[in-house]
Amino acid sequence: MSKLYYTYGPENASFKAKVEELSGENIDLCFQCGACSSGCPLTEEMDLLPSTVIRHAQLGVEEALESKTPWVCITCFDCEIRCPRGIDIANVMEALRQMVLRTKYDRFTLDQLTPEELRELPQIAIISNQRKLSA
Amino acid sequence: MKIPYYPGCTLKTNARNFDVSTVASAKALGIELVELPRWNCCGTVHALAKDDVMHYLAPIRNLIRVEQMKEEGLTDMKKVVTQCAMCYNTLKRANAAANEDQEKMEKIRNNMEKEPEYSGRVEVVHFLEILEKGGWEELARVVKKPLADLRVVPYYGCLLLRPREFSIDDPDNPRVLKDLLEALGAEVVDIPFKAKCCGAYHTVHLKEVTAELSHRVLAQAAEAGADMLVTACPLCEFNLARRQGEMRKMHPSFESIPVVYYSQLMALAFGLDEEATAFQENDPDPMPVLVERGLI
Repeated sequence: MSKLYYTYGPENASFKAKVEELSGENIDLCFQCGACSSGCPLTEEMDLLPSTVIRHAQLGVEEALESKTPWVCITCFDCEIRCPRGIDIANVMEALRQMVLRTKYDRFTLDQLTPEELRELPQIAIISNQRKLSA
Repeated sequence: MKIPYYPGCTLKTNARNFDVSTVASAKALGIELVELPRWNCCGTVHALAKDDVMHYLAPIRNLIRVEQMKEEGLTDMKKVVTQCAMCYNTLKRANAAANEDQEKMEKIRNNMEKEPEYSGRVEVVHFLEILEKGGWEELARVVKKPLADLRVVPYYGCLLLRPREFSIDDPDNPRVLKDLLEALGAEVVDIPFKAKCCGAYHTVHLKEVTAELSHRVLAQAAEAGADMLVTACPLCEFNLARRQGEMRKMHPSFESIPVVYYSQLMALAFGLDEEATAFQENDPDPMPVLVERGLI
């Protein structure tokens, strides 16, 4: 992700195809207007802007899987209602998360919480957190 | 009118006040919410990956229970009403995803051999949609104690309005909560962040991030001179109300502001008792300001 520019070659095709298959989105529709990034409530916590993640996906750059951004994305769909090209960016973020989670990776596990912290949380928070962040 | 009701997990625990106030205020409107005799967790979030059919099973199983209720004569409609924004989204989207793809529907059926086959024909509705359909003037007629002088800020959160396809209202300019609260006689103030995310499930592992997002919403409500914020989602309520201690650590000048469910204000305006309003379960306590406004 430290590279200044990327080029798209045949070696990038399979990653891009996987992202499109899992997300169901045609990511080539994106013309980098940045509306998703301007509306996202969590960009301060991200290393790549949502629109930049989409650009990585368009170019089939696998380093997108190392970004913090898909994990910071909270699936609030603020980007979805803004995208003038009709891309559901949250679906692309989910595809990236799933590609990592399916390698038996846990971003967060509940044993990192104290019993008190766990007790105060409503089920809805715990289940959604684990659905998004654990294998 | 008898409608099958799916409360969801959190309305039976942390958000019990949301559940009891909903059932009681519905009753005051002549609507009997009949809880599904058996139900399970909806999964809380919709499976967004296109191949993730397994996570449709939990929501679809609940829809099968609705069909069973109809067969058993417990209801005459193939409809289920939910109150929790996340349950609404999950049930609605799994239903739509199964219905628009026969291959997925087959997979779902094959993975639930012990269950009756799902017809795909249960309609998932949110309680606010039922209220809106009933008409605000009709609803205002049931009001015994108008919430005069109570200054409230409606907060929609994410999943009642987004994604666009599954919104109960105009996602760019929602007004269903405003209309409802005005019908109850309250003074309603809009804030720019009325549909900005509260931090949702980051509350589990990124408490400070959640507190910061929720604080932005409450700071706008405070600036608008709100007596309280009104929400429609138990996870929003948790973050906006129960994370106020965290907010104070980060913003020492932050003053606490009560957060209530819209159904609690309905129960109050309908003149129902404290069993129904259940304000004693809210924290921060909304009672002082309600007493001050002469509403209790």
